[in-house]
Amino acid sequence: MKRFADLHLRAPLEDQTKAESMVRKASELRYKLVAIPLPLQVTKQQVIQLKHICNDAKVDLATRVNFSPRNSNELLQSLRRFRRKFEIVAVRCHTKDVARQAAKDRRVDLLQFSVTNLRQRFFNEAEAELASQAFASLEIELAPILQLTSYSRIRLLSRLRKEVATAERLRVPITLSSGATDEQFMRGPYDYAALTTLFDLPMSSALRALSENPWVTVARNREKLSPDYVAPGIRVVGRRTDD
Amino acid sequence: MIKREKRRYLALEVAGEQPVDERTLLDAVQASVRKLFGEYGASKTNLKLITYIPEKRQFVLRCSHTMLEKVRAAIASITEINGKPAAIHVVGVSGTLKALSKKT
Repeated sequence: MKRFADLHLRAPLEDQTKAESMVRKASELRYKLVAIPLPLQVTKQQVIQLKHICNDAKVDLATRVNFSPRNSNELLQSLRRFRRKFEIVAVRCHTKDVARQAAKDRRVDLLQFSVTNLRQRFFNEAEAELASQAFASLEIELAPILQLTSYSRIRLLSRLRKEVATAERLRVPITLSSGATDEQFMRGPYDYAALTTLFDLPMSSALRALSENPWVTVARNREKLSPDYVAPGIRVVGRRTDD
Repeated sequence: MIKREKRRYLALEVAGEQPVDERTLLDAVQASVRKLFGEYGASKTNLKLITYIPEKRQFVLRCSHTMLEKVRAAIASITEINGKPAAIHVVGVSGTLKALSKKT
C-alpha cells in the first residue's frame, strides 16, 4: 500500500484552528506525511506545537522552508544559514541565475517556479540536467490548477506538459504537492493523480510523485540531519564513553 | 458479438457548507467535464447519477471506464457549486455497485 505525502501544505501558523483542521483533512485524505512551510525565524515551541497537532491527526510532519532569493548569492547565504534547521528546502526561482544555482546545489530539495508568470519558468533541458545530477526535484503544485481559470490555466497546463516531458526524459524526480492554503483546495492523492493527466503525466509517475519521491527526499534529509551522519554512506554506529 | 461497455461507479462526498441535491451535483460535474474536455469529451463519459445515500452524504455516479481518470480530474477541479465554495472527494471507485458499497 502506498504511503502518500503532501510536501506543501500551506497551513497558517498564526491560525491554529485552521492549521489543525487542514492537517486533520490531510489525514482523512490518507496522507501519511505533510510538510508545512515555516518562517525562517520559527521557534522550537511553534514546531513542537505543530508536531503535536500532526501526532493527534496521525500524520508525520516534515519542516519545510521556502526561499525566494533575488540572486544566487542570496540563495547561497540562505542555504548556509538555514539548511540544517529544516528538513526540506524549496527554492522559488524568479531568475535564471537562481534557477541554475538551485538546480546544481545538493542542499536544495525542491525547485519551484511561478505559476502565473510563465516567463519565470526556467525548467528546460539544461536546468533538468543539473537537477538530475544534484537530486533536486521539480515541484508541481496542484492547487493553482484548481484556482486558475480559462487562459491562465490553459497556458499553465501547456507549460507543465513540456516540463514534465523534459523531467521524465532526463530523469528528474517530480514531486507533486497541494500548495493548498485552504481545505477547499485539498484533494486526495488519487484525485491529484487524475488531475495530472491534464498535463500528460502518466498515472504511475504521478503516484510515484505523490508517494515514493517525497518520502525519499524526507528520508535522505532526516538521515543527513541526524547527529550520527558523517558523509554519504558513513554514519556513527556507537560512541565510546570514558568511565 | 458487440462487446458491452465497461462502467465504473464512483462514490462521491461533497465537502461544503450548503446542502447539495442530486441535480445540482450532476450539473456541476457535467459542467466541469465540459469545461475541461469539451462537448466531445463529455459525450464519451456517459455520466449518470445512480443514487444518493443521505446517511453517508454520498452520491454514486456512473461513468465509462475508459473515461474514469478524466471524470476524476473533472470532479477534482470543482471548487464551487452554485457560486459557493465546495469540494467533491472521490471516496471509492469500483466496477460494480455491490463492491462499491463494501468499499465505502
